[in-house]
Amino acid sequence: MSADVELKNVWVRFGDFVAARDVDLHIGEGEFFTILGPSGCGKTTLLRAVSGFLEPSDGQVLIGGRDMAGIGPNRRPTALIFQNLALFPLMSVWENITFALEVRGVNRADRRKRATELLELIALPDQGDKMVGELSGGQRQRVAIARALAAEPDVLLLDEPLSALDLKLRQHMRSELRAIQQRVGITFIYITHDQGEALTMSDHIAVMREGVIEQVSDGTTLYDDPGSSFVASFVGENNYFRGTVVDTDVSYTTLDTPSGRFRGRTSKNQSLRKGDDAFVFIRPESIKFDSGLDNSLQARVRNQEFEGNFWQVFLDVEGENKGLKLSTVNDGRHHENISGDTVSVGFNADLAVVLPAGPLAAE
Amino acid sequence: MNWLRTFFRRNGTPLAIFLLCSVLFWMFMMIILPQLFMVDFSLRANVPPPQWGTDTHSYTLEHYKYIVYGSSTSTDQFNTLDMGVFLRTLVAAIFVTLIDLILCYPIAYYLAHVARGGWGRLMVLSLIVPFWINEILRAFSFKVLFGTTGIINNFLVGIGFLDQPYDFIRNDIALWAGLTYAYILLMIFPIYNSVESLDRNQIDAARDLGSPWWRIHWRVVIPHAKPGISSGCTMVFMLTAGALAAPSILGGPSSLWFTQIIYQGFNQASNWARGSAYAIILLLTCIVFVLVVMKVFKVRLGEIAR
Repeated sequence: MSADVELKNVWVRFGDFVAARDVDLHIGEGEFFTILGPSGCGKTTLLRAVSGFLEPSDGQVLIGGRDMAGIGPNRRPTALIFQNLALFPLMSVWENITFALEVRGVNRADRRKRATELLELIALPDQGDKMVGELSGGQRQRVAIARALAAEPDVLLLDEPLSALDLKLRQHMRSELRAIQQRVGITFIYITHDQGEALTMSDHIAVMREGVIEQVSDGTTLYDDPGSSFVASFVGENNYFRGTVVDTDVSYTTLDTPSGRFRGRTSKNQSLRKGDDAFVFIRPESIKFDSGLDNSLQARVRNQEFEGNFWQVFLDVEGENKGLKLSTVNDGRHHENISGDTVSVGFNADLAVVLPAGPLAAE
Repeated sequence: MNWLRTFFRRNGTPLAIFLLCSVLFWMFMMIILPQLFMVDFSLRANVPPPQWGTDTHSYTLEHYKYIVYGSSTSTDQFNTLDMGVFLRTLVAAIFVTLIDLILCYPIAYYLAHVARGGWGRLMVLSLIVPFWINEILRAFSFKVLFGTTGIINNFLVGIGFLDQPYDFIRNDIALWAGLTYAYILLMIFPIYNSVESLDRNQIDAARDLGSPWWRIHWRVVIPHAKPGISSGCTMVFMLTAGALAAPSILGGPSSLWFTQIIYQGFNQASNWARGSAYAIILLLTCIVFVLVVMKVFKVRLGEIAR
């Protein structure tokens, strides 16, 4: 069984501090939904409100259309995977996995059988009699998933469960999590500050900042059509120039900035008027060593970094003291050191987006 | 001797010598020697001090036999009085330990995981402060509280719950209360220490998986706290079985604690030999009992010492 989750005008206050501000979200049945935001943005608070460890100060949480007010975490159709996993160290792996069944009074033989099935699902057969402490980080991770799935929740909640793993394992677990979600078909709500995780796994992503949902959309929209300057700067890397709108229509907007006059797409999500303070955002991979594009400028190469598949080139631009970052695919040709050289770079208006000036993500 | 060299290097010679000497002094002079003397006394005939070391001060098992068979001049076949007191002391110590455990586990859990900040510290302080008062004074205060004209009787009679004052002392209730209270901190703090180290998320995880509160305690908190529980129970049991002040002051006229018989042997009957034998019997029985219980509950000695 799977269920949708709805948050209606949810506020969470801790004294004077507002952790969630009028949050409205609808998470569809069977979706892999991610709440993405920097630490302290209130995403964990929202998760706790869904799991029932916290009652919203205002508003409603509905799971499968049912109002969850006054229903404790032990009686909600949700299961939570904790950031530190919170496996029971004094129980064996199979006892951990079937704890939810033990609670429901399922007899030992049936529990063992179910444990065997779940160990199969997480690709850890014959590890049931080990103690949790004998497993590796990635194995523990999977045991935590199995333990939560054994409760047969309608909604699985995941609180940054991959943050403790090393990079390789994290990337592997991303696809594994996605595969498990598709196999069991229940709703996953995933919390992370890692946009890479969010983009690779999710059907939909909500970006959160200071208790407010900034944008909800699928990953490509989030990347290509950010709804606010915060989303543009938080999701993926972005270069930006700040300036004044000199001309705008439905398709394109032109900005006057200290570094020159630039043209970019008009954001679909926000309206702009002539004279407004605005940002134009350009992805590092959209800037080319080419002066024949819609926008062009002169820059001095500060330094360059080799990342294997990419070269990252850092440029100093007049009128913009933080500089620009340019990514170019390593095509196997020899790249001589061009540090200190003056180069012409440019970008097309279609690959740049103009948004009203607003808060940016912290570097 | 490698560890000794490391020990000296790490602490410096003067400090190392001081540490070594004080530990050895403590072990031999304070623990091993007195116990050896007691064992020796318990195995010798009871003669007045001037004859100690002479031929009349010979080895014998008569004091150990005494607790079973009693005086040879007595008509009874067995020493039912002393054995009865011995058994009653052990059973009472077991019950006092269990009562302490039942009382202290919730307090320790509350302190460790529920009470926050200042309130928790205030609670700990109010638990400790009464123990700044001498044990004997505390026992007397219980006598005052539970006396026939004490606060408790006055209150119960005052609200009409009782027609006339209840004799808490004759019925040993004051004694039980006093003993339960006497070593309560030794139960609370080991349990508190072990419960406190439990990751709060494990409690939340169990709850999230649908567990009712009692099962959370049974499957998650208590197993985690087992070393602390064992350590607390061992200390309370040992000390209660060996308590003297509370039983002497709060015990009813008909109740005798085994330690009181030992005390009589040393101070009234001037029979140090029998007193020593009884003390050794109590000590060994308690140690064996604790080891057996630990075996049953699968607790290792190392865990208790943590």
